[in-house]
Amino acid sequence: MTDTLINDKNLIDGRTGKWEVVLGLEVHAQVTSKSKLFSGAATEFGAEPNTQVSLVDAGFPGMLPVINEVCVEQAVKTGLGLKAQINLISVFDRKNYFYADLPNGYQISQFLQPIVGKGTIVLDLAEGEHREVGITRLHLEQDAGKSLHDQHPSKTYVDLNRAGVALMEIVSEPDMRSSEEAAAYLKKLRSILRYLGTCDGNMDEGSMRCDVNVSVRKVGDPLGTRCEIKNVNSIRYVAAAIEHEARRQIEVIEEGGSIRQETRLWDPGKGMTRAMRSKEQAHDYRYFPDPDLLPLKLDAAWVESLKAGLPELPDAKRARFVKDLGLSDYDAGVLVSEKESADFYELAAKGHDAKLTANWLTSELFGRLNAVGKSITESPVSAQALGELVGLIEDNTISGRIAKDVFTEMFETSKSAAAIVDEKGLRQVLDTGAIDVEIDKIMAANADKVAEYRSGKDKLFGFFVGQVMRAMGGKANPAMLNERLKAKLAG
Amino acid sequence: MSLDSKTVANIATLARIRVPEADLPGLAQELSGIMTWIEQLNEVDTTGVQPMSGVLARDMPRRPDVVNDGGDPNKVLANAPEPAHGFFTVPKVVE
Repeated sequence: MTDTLINDKNLIDGRTGKWEVVLGLEVHAQVTSKSKLFSGAATEFGAEPNTQVSLVDAGFPGMLPVINEVCVEQAVKTGLGLKAQINLISVFDRKNYFYADLPNGYQISQFLQPIVGKGTIVLDLAEGEHREVGITRLHLEQDAGKSLHDQHPSKTYVDLNRAGVALMEIVSEPDMRSSEEAAAYLKKLRSILRYLGTCDGNMDEGSMRCDVNVSVRKVGDPLGTRCEIKNVNSIRYVAAAIEHEARRQIEVIEEGGSIRQETRLWDPGKGMTRAMRSKEQAHDYRYFPDPDLLPLKLDAAWVESLKAGLPELPDAKRARFVKDLGLSDYDAGVLVSEKESADFYELAAKGHDAKLTANWLTSELFGRLNAVGKSITESPVSAQALGELVGLIEDNTISGRIAKDVFTEMFETSKSAAAIVDEKGLRQVLDTGAIDVEIDKIMAANADKVAEYRSGKDKLFGFFVGQVMRAMGGKANPAMLNERLKAKLAG
Repeated sequence: MSLDSKTVANIATLARIRVPEADLPGLAQELSGIMTWIEQLNEVDTTGVQPMSGVLARDMPRRPDVVNDGGDPNKVLANAPEPAHGFFTVPKVVE
């Protein structure tokens, strides 16, 4: 593992020298649960406005929050997946601010005593490089409602369906040094969350949102003043926002100015960040322990049992694929990056050659799926069907070349490989007698070429292979054909 | 601890309460009085005592992850001044 933070290729050239960009990420991940963190209202995405709101979520007087035990379990599992310290006592605080979509006037969050402390995450970078990034903390908190500003000329519409949904705020250390690393962090975090089943990681629906803290400094200098960029809702935008914000800060400093600590909004249309007007006044959230909620105490044995029940996570799975199945680190990395791909692979490779199956999956199936814009879960070729195709190659029923044609048909029709092979009579010819007959025919029809070959024109070998293959509809076993042809041409 | 008018003005802003300038000194005096009263707690020796946020010696009650609430937007919107199309409405918040 390389752990050098200063990597020349990450530095940005300014007019006054090279600059280093320092990045920390705050990710809000929506906890996968049926009901909200402190109420029994549903969490499902896309419902009619205010149909998933309890009086607790709407901040009615006298309502008391009661914590959802599954949300607690999900947060602990996530902490364990990030190899983090689990705090057996944590406290919920009120974070006070006024906004139309926050009915209570405060968000229930965790401030001084979060449920999860320091952890780590391993980034998978280009060229097989891996780098560790620190996790500062993870805490549970409520989501706010949703404001719609474009429905009416003078009104803002408020939908509280999202209000009170459980979020995990996952804060990283300022350990990242390039937009690529920030993107790798998000990808890896999302992958871990999906493996754990604690968040669906869907950035389009807002179940994973990201704020980026960006500062710049000359190499070796103390940390610069940071700006927080909000509203970045795709991995691509995170990278673009960082690139833009780092350049902006360098320009300001090189022009003799200084960076003001502020919250900025990413504007994807313009491809730039701008200062948020409303946040000019310094935050003063006046956190204090929520008197409605007792401290959350966890049983150490229960935490241990969750740890024992964790699924195999991407890093462990990749290591196993490399060590036990002999896959390359790269192929293993591609397969484990999404849980669905890894599951598909393991099912397909059951009882078959691990490397051959990996090749068919990464080079053929992934390629086809990409071309038609489908995900692995929508694949017309099932894992078992792919395994069966590999099986037919392994037992010499068909050659690898024929298998490609069979695969094309499988992808288009979802028929099984065996059915296609039988239907079209694609079974490989393993009978040397039958191959010999065809070779004799081709040699007789091309006596001039045979003579040329025998007088030293070796390159003609390929011509004969092609002719015989064509005559046999591509069904000759290639190794056998080569062997027989060589013998016959030798005379 | 005594609060000055400036601090009181800031607290009023955070609480979204409009306080006339002339009322600030009086409020400052009143709030300082409350603080002084609370400060009597400082007389208690709390050396070696864990900070606590409640006096109940029980664990936090929890509920199972079941949907058993919501589904009644009319009830939720009953007290809202001008609901529209199932939404609460407020004067436009411009960002």
